[in-house]
Amino acid sequence: MTHEEAEAAIAEELHAIAPEIALEDIDRSGVLREEFDIDSMDFLRLVTALGERFELAMPEADYPQMGSFDALVGYLKQKTA
Amino acid sequence: MSQYLMPSLGSDMAAGTLVEQTIAPGEAFQRGDVIAAVETQKGVIEVEVFEDGILDQWLVEPGTEVPVGTPLARLHQQGSKPEPPSNPPELPPETPPEIPPEPLPPDPSPPPEVPPEPEPEQPPDLPPEIQPPADQLTPSHRPERKVTATRPRITPAARRLASSRGIDLGALSPPPDKVLTRHDIENLGAVKTPPEDRRKPAPAADMRAAIAAAMSRSKREIPHYYLRHRVDLGAVDAFLADLNATRPPRERMLPGALFARAIALALSKYPEFNGHYTEEQFHPSKAVNLGVAIHIRSGGLVAPALFAIETKSAAEVMTDLTDLVARVRAGRFKARELTDATITLTSLGERGVDEVIGVIYPPQVAIVGIGTPRPTPMVKDGAVVSQLATTLTLAADHRVSDGHRGALFLRAVDSNLQEPETL
Repeated sequence: MTHEEAEAAIAEELHAIAPEIALEDIDRSGVLREEFDIDSMDFLRLVTALGERFELAMPEADYPQMGSFDALVGYLKQKTA
Repeated sequence: MSQYLMPSLGSDMAAGTLVEQTIAPGEAFQRGDVIAAVETQKGVIEVEVFEDGILDQWLVEPGTEVPVGTPLARLHQQGSKPEPPSNPPELPPETPPEIPPEPLPPDPSPPPEVPPEPEPEQPPDLPPEIQPPADQLTPSHRPERKVTATRPRITPAARRLASSRGIDLGALSPPPDKVLTRHDIENLGAVKTPPEDRRKPAPAADMRAAIAAAMSRSKREIPHYYLRHRVDLGAVDAFLADLNATRPPRERMLPGALFARAIALALSKYPEFNGHYTEEQFHPSKAVNLGVAIHIRSGGLVAPALFAIETKSAAEVMTDLTDLVARVRAGRFKARELTDATITLTSLGERGVDEVIGVIYPPQVAIVGIGTPRPTPMVKDGAVVSQLATTLTLAADHRVSDGHRGALFLRAVDSNLQEPETL
């Protein structure tokens, strides 16, 4: 998966969960849950959507690697490589 | 024949706007089916029918705001004979129904066997005896045929999915007898439009006014008392980490499901916190319909209910909770979910503060608060250790209970959380 594809997928799923937040307005290296104001249920919905889209397990143990938008992009690229 | 009235979705609601008719004239429905969507101060709410029957005619056009109690639609109850079509077809709302809606009049001829439906979402076919006599069957008296030509018949779940995918139902042309199901919509594939275009949240000022009205009434009428209790979450944390380690995301459980079950089990021993206080009297509820306070992104708060969680497993409660949060985020929940909660849970989640002390939502008599879990110094076996913990709070109604019982109730919730595998 290219960097752009990973970004587009995450942006689309985040938009479904937090439609009022524009990607241009957030700090991509900031804490994802703070930047998008998402709670644990929203985060689980995001992980569910991405995991099913790319057939990834995305275990809870890996959650620390998904802490920011940029980190999540990197995680998806690495796991689908 | 009976009428479906604009329901009251809370004591602060005087009127509502019919925004969607989800059952077409001539279409059969079952108890619990969503008949319409109504916009109130709390957002767009799906309202359900409470009996089986067939929809005869809509009396109010979508987009019309009407007072609570206004007839919205005319219904044939299952088993009752339809009236001959009236001429003109518009029944003036003030005309009383010819057959009293309750109790159901005895039917001289038993209804014919309806073969079991393979597709549960599909409404049963029109039983032959409900059809008007042949001599009255002029084209204008066969609304179900007319309607399918212009508006596809669709189950509520399918409608919701279509809406979430931005699919224009008017552009679909299913076969005349086909009821569109969720499966059909899924097969259409996704045509996404930006959600902002479709979201119609209630204006923030209206939502704030509704919250203000309910909370002012609570503070005016309910003599609250408050308790708090520190709870060790080590067992819950370890249990969930172990449970979720090998599960795909869709099957993972969040602490909220365990909190809900721990409260439900404790309420079986302390029923004075579960029910409604109406007409100067407490009416305990057998079912635990746990209202869950959910923050709305566009502003405000709702606390729709998870139903009968005393009968469900933690996994089932998690499924219900996921569904409820998704529907609240989409601005769609059911009337019963707003009116039938018997106690409320307000939880700050992972990014909050140590404790939340709630305001009781009338006519309920208690609200349980759960603060943000964090590592906390606790004494274990005489030594201070760092332990994941939270603060559990209770605000309860002194007209119904006292602090002594409230404390026992909170301790029971605590005990249940120490044995998460039993929840």
